[in-house]
Amino acid sequence: MTNAAATPVLELTGIGKEFGAIRALHSVDLQILPGEVVGLMGDNGAGKSTLVKIIAGNFRPSHGEIRFAGNAVHFNRPVDARAVGIEVVYQDLALADNLTAAANVFLGRELTRRFGPLALLDHKAMAARALELFGELRSETRPDDLVKQMSGGQRQAVAIARTRLSNARLVMMDEPTAAISVRQVEQVLGLIHRLKEQGVALMLISHRMPDVFAVCDRVIVMRRGEKRADKPIHQTSPEEVTALITGAKEAA
Amino acid sequence: MAMPLESPITFTNIGKTRWWQRGIFASQTGYVLLALAVLLVIMHFASPYFFTEGNMQNVAKNFSFIAIATLGVTFAIITGGIDLSVGSMMCFSAMIASMVMTELSTPGSPAGSLFVHMAADGKTVLANVPGLILLISVLAGLGVALIAGLVNGFCIAVLGLSPFVTTLGMLSIVRGLGYVVSNGRGSFPGGPDADYFYALTSGDVLGVPVPFIYLVILALAMAVVLHHSSFGRHVFALGGNEKAAELTGIPVVRVKIEVYVICALAAGLQGIIISGWLGSAPANMATSYELNVIAAAVIGGANLAGGIGGPLGAIVGCVLLEVIRNGLVLAQVSSYWQQTLVGVIIILAVLVDRIRSRMI
Repeated sequence: MTNAAATPVLELTGIGKEFGAIRALHSVDLQILPGEVVGLMGDNGAGKSTLVKIIAGNFRPSHGEIRFAGNAVHFNRPVDARAVGIEVVYQDLALADNLTAAANVFLGRELTRRFGPLALLDHKAMAARALELFGELRSETRPDDLVKQMSGGQRQAVAIARTRLSNARLVMMDEPTAAISVRQVEQVLGLIHRLKEQGVALMLISHRMPDVFAVCDRVIVMRRGEKRADKPIHQTSPEEVTALITGAKEAA
Repeated sequence: MAMPLESPITFTNIGKTRWWQRGIFASQTGYVLLALAVLLVIMHFASPYFFTEGNMQNVAKNFSFIAIATLGVTFAIITGGIDLSVGSMMCFSAMIASMVMTELSTPGSPAGSLFVHMAADGKTVLANVPGLILLISVLAGLGVALIAGLVNGFCIAVLGLSPFVTTLGMLSIVRGLGYVVSNGRGSFPGGPDADYFYALTSGDVLGVPVPFIYLVILALAMAVVLHHSSFGRHVFALGGNEKAAELTGIPVVRVKIEVYVICALAAGLQGIIISGWLGSAPANMATSYELNVIAAAVIGGANLAGGIGGPLGAIVGCVLLEVIRNGLVLAQVSSYWQQTLVGVIIILAVLVDRIRSRMI
């Protein structure tokens, strides 16, 4: 999978971020290739979220350079990151409870049909496409049901379905398998494989070691704002990763 | 890890909600509509005058006088905001419209010569282009509403001030400006186009009051916008989860500004219509109407926490308020009871909805 000749989808060089006197990130370099699944691990406060937010355009880095598909990019807002093809599935899922599943999937990029001067929502097409996406996710979710009435797994499916709409080249998932049922975890991991097959690069931010080892090609461990390890998954073990996360082992 | 992803999904675990637990049947609007129907039947038996043509016209006209503004405020409420400046806005727009009309219709004035001339008898003022003065004065009235709405929207969306405080300030600013421009005296529509103005604001077509016709057209337009346009979707999303709306790339600032502009324009139009019915725009016109308007929206099912509301609810709320007022008059109950009863109904309507949502 890791082809040395391929252009990385995402390439970070020397990324650093300070919040006042607090150094949240220091000189992080990383590359993600198309179709690669990278696990980003680390304890709370290790800098994972800050790194994700920089890639997603929520924060601007204090230092360093971001290159996307070979071009230097500067994101001022999350919309800018989405425009080049970076999608994020947030841990709190960012869903509007009062809208239906289909409406949430298409939020901000509704399908419309023109009636003379008016562009009206194409409810049918959106519901059909949403049902298709839920089908791929094996999620028993009706496009017309309100998100308010849904289970945690269904909500997760809605949030993930949203990233499938656009032709995202990099999908970052923040704890996608936390707080959902065992069966749903299998489904989410299945989806990750599906995305990978289509050449989408994935970054999985997770605390769940089994999930990371089940789907990731490579694992990156963060500790105290620095990248401490970046290893192919078959060259490491859950024990080593745990040691790196806790600091029992400084670097690998 | 490969999965058979192409087979159609089944819904073995997830039941479909019953028709009576969905849509309008499960909304506060539905319950209030039912209560309204019951009230109408009671009124029919309580007073033989209630369902007469004259009284129905009266009711239709009276609730139309706050319902257009209620449509506008409902937009703001759905986004989780509020607009307290609608009462003052009604007055100011009406005042500007009638002042512009009077000014343009005065033969000696600088602008007047372009629009009017004296008839041969030297007394009667004639319009050079019939209807043009009316059009310009109404646009002037709506123009000031547009500016006030833009200021509201800018303060709320760009500067991040709370909608309550911003529009409370605007309430006072606009009311004060009304007193300033009229010197506290108010103004009257005048000139050759005044008759058109009265016909278009307080006349009727085949027995149907004109304001009611405007209301129906605007309510239908609002229903289409809210439920069948991207903008409407974004308005609901903003009220449901503003952070999510922002993350999904909805232009939050623009949508908010547009909502407060719509709200101010609705109030301005409402004020101009009321001034046609009153025959003037006094400086204290529509004082505290914002409370009636918000009460009507809330009774009709708009949720002040945001995310829920619609044109039907706005109208149902206004009708209910008007029927109660009208009913108390017909039943010869002291009109002072009206306000007390309105307060009780606001609390009851919200309470019933709360009890219902706990039961499910």
